[in-house]
Amino acid sequence: MAESDTIFALATPPGRSALAVFRISGAQAGQILVKLSGRVVPEARRVVLRAIFDPDSGEKIDTGLATFFEGPASFTGEDLLELTVHGGRGVVNALASILRRFDRVRPAEPGEFTRRAYSAGKFDLSQAEAIADLIDSETEFQRRQALRLLDNGLGHKAEGWRRTLLQISVELESVLDFSDEGDVGEAQVKELIARAEELRVEILRTRDAGVRSLALRNGFTVVIAGAPNVGKSTLFNMLAGSDLAIVTEYAGTTRDLLSVDLDLDGVPVRLVDTAGVRDTLDPVEAIGVERARSAIVSADLVVRLQSGDVDSCKDGSSKDLTVWSKADRFTPPSGLMAISNCDLDSIAKLVEAIRDRALSAVGDGSEGMLARQRHLDAMTVSLDALNRLKELCLSDRLELGAEECRIVNAALGGISGSFGTEELLGEIFARFCIGK
Amino acid sequence: MSCNPAIGGLGKGQIVREIDALDGLMGRMADRAGIQFRVLNRSRGPAARGPRAQIDRRLYQKAMQTELATYPSLSIVVGMVDALVCESGVTSGVRLDDGRDLMAGAVVLTAGTFLRGVIHIGRKRIVAGRVGEAPAERLGQNLEALGFPVGRLKTGTPARLVRRTIDWDQLERQPGDSDPEPFSFLTETLSTPQVECRITRTTVGTHEVIRESLVDSPLRTGAIVGHGPRYCPSIEDKVSRFGDRDGHQVFLEPEGFDTDLVYPNGVSTSLPESAQERFMRTMPGLERVEIARYGYAIEYDYFDPRGLFPTLESKIVGRLFLAGQVNGTTGYEEAAGQGIVAGVNAALRSSGGDSVILERSAGFIGVMIDDLTSRGVTEPYRMFTSRSEFRLSLRADNADLRLTPFGMRLGCVSEERASAFRTRERETIELAQKLSRLSATPQTTRSFGIDVKEDGVRRSAMELLARVDVCFGDLIRMWPDLSHASVSARMQVETDAKYAVYLDRQNGAVSDYRARFASKLSPDLDYRSIPGLSNEIRNRLMQARPLTLGHAYAVEGMTPAAMTLLAAYARRVEAGA
Repeated sequence: MAESDTIFALATPPGRSALAVFRISGAQAGQILVKLSGRVVPEARRVVLRAIFDPDSGEKIDTGLATFFEGPASFTGEDLLELTVHGGRGVVNALASILRRFDRVRPAEPGEFTRRAYSAGKFDLSQAEAIADLIDSETEFQRRQALRLLDNGLGHKAEGWRRTLLQISVELESVLDFSDEGDVGEAQVKELIARAEELRVEILRTRDAGVRSLALRNGFTVVIAGAPNVGKSTLFNMLAGSDLAIVTEYAGTTRDLLSVDLDLDGVPVRLVDTAGVRDTLDPVEAIGVERARSAIVSADLVVRLQSGDVDSCKDGSSKDLTVWSKADRFTPPSGLMAISNCDLDSIAKLVEAIRDRALSAVGDGSEGMLARQRHLDAMTVSLDALNRLKELCLSDRLELGAEECRIVNAALGGISGSFGTEELLGEIFARFCIGK
Repeated sequence: MSCNPAIGGLGKGQIVREIDALDGLMGRMADRAGIQFRVLNRSRGPAARGPRAQIDRRLYQKAMQTELATYPSLSIVVGMVDALVCESGVTSGVRLDDGRDLMAGAVVLTAGTFLRGVIHIGRKRIVAGRVGEAPAERLGQNLEALGFPVGRLKTGTPARLVRRTIDWDQLERQPGDSDPEPFSFLTETLSTPQVECRITRTTVGTHEVIRESLVDSPLRTGAIVGHGPRYCPSIEDKVSRFGDRDGHQVFLEPEGFDTDLVYPNGVSTSLPESAQERFMRTMPGLERVEIARYGYAIEYDYFDPRGLFPTLESKIVGRLFLAGQVNGTTGYEEAAGQGIVAGVNAALRSSGGDSVILERSAGFIGVMIDDLTSRGVTEPYRMFTSRSEFRLSLRADNADLRLTPFGMRLGCVSEERASAFRTRERETIELAQKLSRLSATPQTTRSFGIDVKEDGVRRSAMELLARVDVCFGDLIRMWPDLSHASVSARMQVETDAKYAVYLDRQNGAVSDYRARFASKLSPDLDYRSIPGLSNEIRNRLMQARPLTLGHAYAVEGMTPAAMTLLAAYARRVEAGA
């Protein structure tokens, strides 16, 4: 994570909006616009209209407004580019992934724009005071959040890890610093490798549980799939509680993915309606079928509808919940859950089944608190470092192992909310909102 | 040398090399007086290694005296200092006990354990700076009266044994390195004859004697109030705290190659003389040992080092610099490391130059001074490599590359050293450039037995050298021309290559730190003029008088909000607004 990297972030709130503004700060800001638009850097502080292309494929992404601010006369004191594009998710995602592909360009850390502005001496005293107040309130927020995490077990857990890590470091450092004392032995290296492995396994378990729980927080994705005209959109509308999907008796009515976020008794679920999967010559429907297939692949749960009047689907997997629809008209085979849109009880049973599946996917729920990406990233950093630590200790490169310990310590310190020295300023600014 | 006649060790050896890189004398004198050279952690990576030598006390003293006599501008005056000559918070010299005043543009105080020193042996209490020498009573009082915050620390030393009364030959040998490595970058060969050390152990019998005698230990009777170092406990501490052990190693180190004195390393003690004699004789090889001088604990004054700027100038009395045990450290190397920084700054101060600070990232000396001046001490401070977050770059082998250019800019490095350094630096850089230019295909590389992936990508010699399984010798097989490279350059380049990934990250951390924290603050800044700071923080800053944002950040109780205000202020000042 270098200060000299060029950083970017979406300056408008994520999600659907009419326009989306990207902010790009750093030495490459101008060149990025050149590569995206194929035209020279515009005059500073002048809004220009630019077609934006993917520089690798040449594909046009959108047409937007670009404003170039030449450093130091910019918010961050560096060259800064503001790019306003249309707010659709497709455009935003495509542009973000293109920006990520540039060398030494990366998404901004939380608060990094402000930190750079601060580094460039962009605040006068009165502004600094206002920012100080903000930091204070953010610090208070962070403190309360850390306390809440402690109450919920993750903080305790991370503290425990830190203590284990401390023991590992103690063993390592004693061999490095006191090998001439006679009382320090090589047995410690074995001991610390064993401890490091225990720690790694425990962090790994927690991380994986966290990944599942994070997925749940972002919405457990349930895809309704099945042959054309089996009643997917009817079920979708019933679960969504409104006529979001067009329902006709004609097979192939639904052509695109439709999704709605639901709260199923406290469990957030994203429900997705898909086109019926069949071979088709209609190019539009074919695209819908393709999208349905990929939605099924990435789903957490697939409600696979079957019924008496359609061919039953051959492919299926462990994340399938097979359900017989139109039970009022076609008798379901025994053992299969059956629904009918005339029978609200049958729908309630299905909701309960979906909810159970969602809950069990998350684990026992006690680890559900660590659903913040920041924590998971810290655990991933720790796991990588612990892997290298083991390798390094096995080959007796203890001085490098000690460096890995520092990495883990710094990473875990970020979870428990108490930081070491170097990362502190970074943490201060991490409490600022991205792109401020 | 009041204690163990040894110089260097883990962390300490790096400091000796740093002192040498700045043309301090310690390393070169140790090379002349060393009687057993050993690189500790020799089997580990370069960043873990620390050169150490057993020193002949008399030779060291003689070498140092001889060397000092060659400094044309140096006058040596022997006398007892009673007080600082001091006017409105600035010193202009010292007053001797014979009434003379010695005037100076700056004063460096290196009082060791002499300030109100008290020796303890059993229940005996002797006022002394070290055994047989008077303490500095009046100077201690004078400094306290000037407002120095005084604390007490304790350290100890073992009895000295008579070599001919030791059954030397039956004991386990501890030889020096067969290819002894000097401390100084200027020393070409070591000419002093080398000796062996021996190893014995305390026994259950030793521990019994010690336990019986504990009632008379000044540590137990409450006679000693000063804190002793946890990492260098007396043998009575070891027995009390690790009673389950059946023995502790004791290293028998000759104090010189033609003296009969032996230093038993590991049994520092303040027990009564009779107990010392009894427990010594419970150890194998020491059954008939005679004691030449008894061990003792010594308590002495030190001044809270947070009262110093990182230049080692006192915040209380201007133009006064402090170095060594008065700052709460222990060890010759730690003292000398501070001595060179204090000396350089004192010279700059009296000649009107800008003072200099050694940063943490530049050397262990910088780490030590930063720790001392920002955190203070609770026990005698000793260097450990783990104190530095930059261990991989602060190595004994590259101290000159890190610091000699700095010394050259300051003007404290001789032309002889400067020219030797320029040669070494040029060779190292040229070799590194050459290795980056040379490259080979996977096929060629594999034909030399190096197991690289067959991905068609050419790898540079430097990239190959970064691998664990490749050494410089392999490169010479691939490119025979490389055999002309000097050994010193080879080792330097190989170490940097092996550590490259980690060093890159550390360098990034260093430059990030600099970008955020390097802004200067005036030591005379009136913090009341900065709006928004709480009164508590204002008071702390006024007291600490930080020189940079980084120093301010280390002040206790500092908040993120206050840091933001200070940073904005500092940058406004820098911009000249």
